[in-house]
Amino acid sequence: MKKSLRDKTLGSAAAWPVALVMFFPIFWMFVSGFKTEVEAVSTPPKLVFRPTLENYAAVWQRADYVKHAGNSVVISLGSTLLALIIAVPAAYAMAFFPTRRTRGMLLWMLSTKMMPSVGVLVPIYLLFRDFGLLDKRLGLILLYTLVNLPVVVWMVFTFFKDVPREILEAGRMDGAGPKHEIVNLLLPLAFPGVASTALLAIILAWNESFWSLNLTAAKAAPLTAFMASFSSPEGLFWAKLSAASTMAIAPIVVLGWLSQRQLVRGLTFGAIK
Amino acid sequence: MASRPDRSAGRRRRPSSPAFALKLPAFLILLLWAVVPLAMTFWFSLQRYNLLSPGVRGFARLENYRYLLTDPGLATAILNTLVLVTGVLAITVGLGTLFAVLFDQPLFGRGVARVLVIAPFFVMPTVSALVWKNMLMDPVNGVLAWLARGVGLRPVDWFSEAPLAAIVVIVAWQWLPFALLVLLTAMQSLDPERREAARLDGAGPLAMFFFITLPHLRRAIGVVVMIETIFLLSVFAEIFVTTAGGPGLATTNLAFLIYRFALLDFDIGGASAGGVLAILLANIVAVFLMRAVSRNLET
Repeated sequence: MKKSLRDKTLGSAAAWPVALVMFFPIFWMFVSGFKTEVEAVSTPPKLVFRPTLENYAAVWQRADYVKHAGNSVVISLGSTLLALIIAVPAAYAMAFFPTRRTRGMLLWMLSTKMMPSVGVLVPIYLLFRDFGLLDKRLGLILLYTLVNLPVVVWMVFTFFKDVPREILEAGRMDGAGPKHEIVNLLLPLAFPGVASTALLAIILAWNESFWSLNLTAAKAAPLTAFMASFSSPEGLFWAKLSAASTMAIAPIVVLGWLSQRQLVRGLTFGAIK
Repeated sequence: MASRPDRSAGRRRRPSSPAFALKLPAFLILLLWAVVPLAMTFWFSLQRYNLLSPGVRGFARLENYRYLLTDPGLATAILNTLVLVTGVLAITVGLGTLFAVLFDQPLFGRGVARVLVIAPFFVMPTVSALVWKNMLMDPVNGVLAWLARGVGLRPVDWFSEAPLAAIVVIVAWQWLPFALLVLLTAMQSLDPERREAARLDGAGPLAMFFFITLPHLRRAIGVVVMIETIFLLSVFAEIFVTTAGGPGLATTNLAFLIYRFALLDFDIGGASAGGVLAILLANIVAVFLMRAVSRNLET
């Protein structure tokens, strides 16, 4: 008993500093958002100061911040919804009516995730240009749908597999068609799983930074691309950068914390249980 | 893996028809997504095609590849890519394994500590790069410079003295939580009885780590290495907002080189040849990853 308490204390003494160091950049960014610009760059770093909300007000008042935040919301929710609409019927079919090829098909779908985006930058850029999708939210919505589709299909599939067949078969006896079966039986039963899949897709879309930087500009840029504009020398106000960054990451960090388990499942394609 | 016979109903062959139609959209969309851009990249890589001189077009045979392979930047870019990938892998897998052991133990406030340590993974790349570059790594006002002066060292001007190392640090900070999360999950399937048995046999903490924990984590480490490699081959945003590939070519990796060919020089042919190279590299890793995934996939 004594020994286990000692081990726990020793373990904590080693683990907590690690956690604090890893979190420090985020903590520092968060704190700096409440400083004045002068305090934010002062050395030695100021830990005691009178917090101000002026940076948040300033960032919020820049109409473009609101616009880009809106773009992030529309693009990540839109692409997630679209991916689910395409993925749910496919996952249903594969989970409940498997054929000889189902396994191969799933593996193949996952393998499409392994194409490096930069390898297809040229064709995607040209296609976007020709279809008038450059700097359009619709463009990113479609693209992120494609990028996330394999993971979404695969995750929904694994959650559907956990639903007992008997319940669906009972529904089928009552003459329910596939649509009724999915909407009224399957989705409610598998709701936690589908919701966490959606969460993962939202996180991935929100943080995606390769396509957003390359395919959007002033109009459709989501926050990832908008934040990049803070890298220009004239845009460098640390306190405002901090406030804008905090607002840009806060919702996703919280969602991420909520879905850490599913994250491992989704990002490793189930190779780790 | 034959389809389960639908015993409940002898009526018609229900399983195949509606199921097929339901799968079709996802399948076709992914097929298009997998084939069309890839084919276009291959096609363009054999074409003479620059957006700045649209009149000049035609079949270029392997000219783009010759041009790419003799580009003085390519060797540097490949070397930088290797340094970036291996550097980040070494840090994330090394520390990730240690931290997984650390955070697997009973701790005071373990849930909170874990939440703090994995948070970096959810920060968008552009934000983490900017925060690190300015508020932490700035040679004058950055926290690291202040710490260095505090212990009597000369502050490092990261982005001019060791730009690639700076990128490695930033990217490693983002990916360490991923390695940790995966390895922590894998730790949970370690049989406690095996641990207990080893302890009773007198194994110390080090022996435990090397003979019980590490062999158990081997597969998970393999998966982390492969997945990270695929993502790290195309690190882009962190470079884009901090160094734009410079100074000189010091932080230009393959992804950034292709981006420069494509969207700064508008050399479609050359950029596509680079794209083919990137796809080949990623595929080498992907083959191994798919093998690991397929071993675990139940249908």
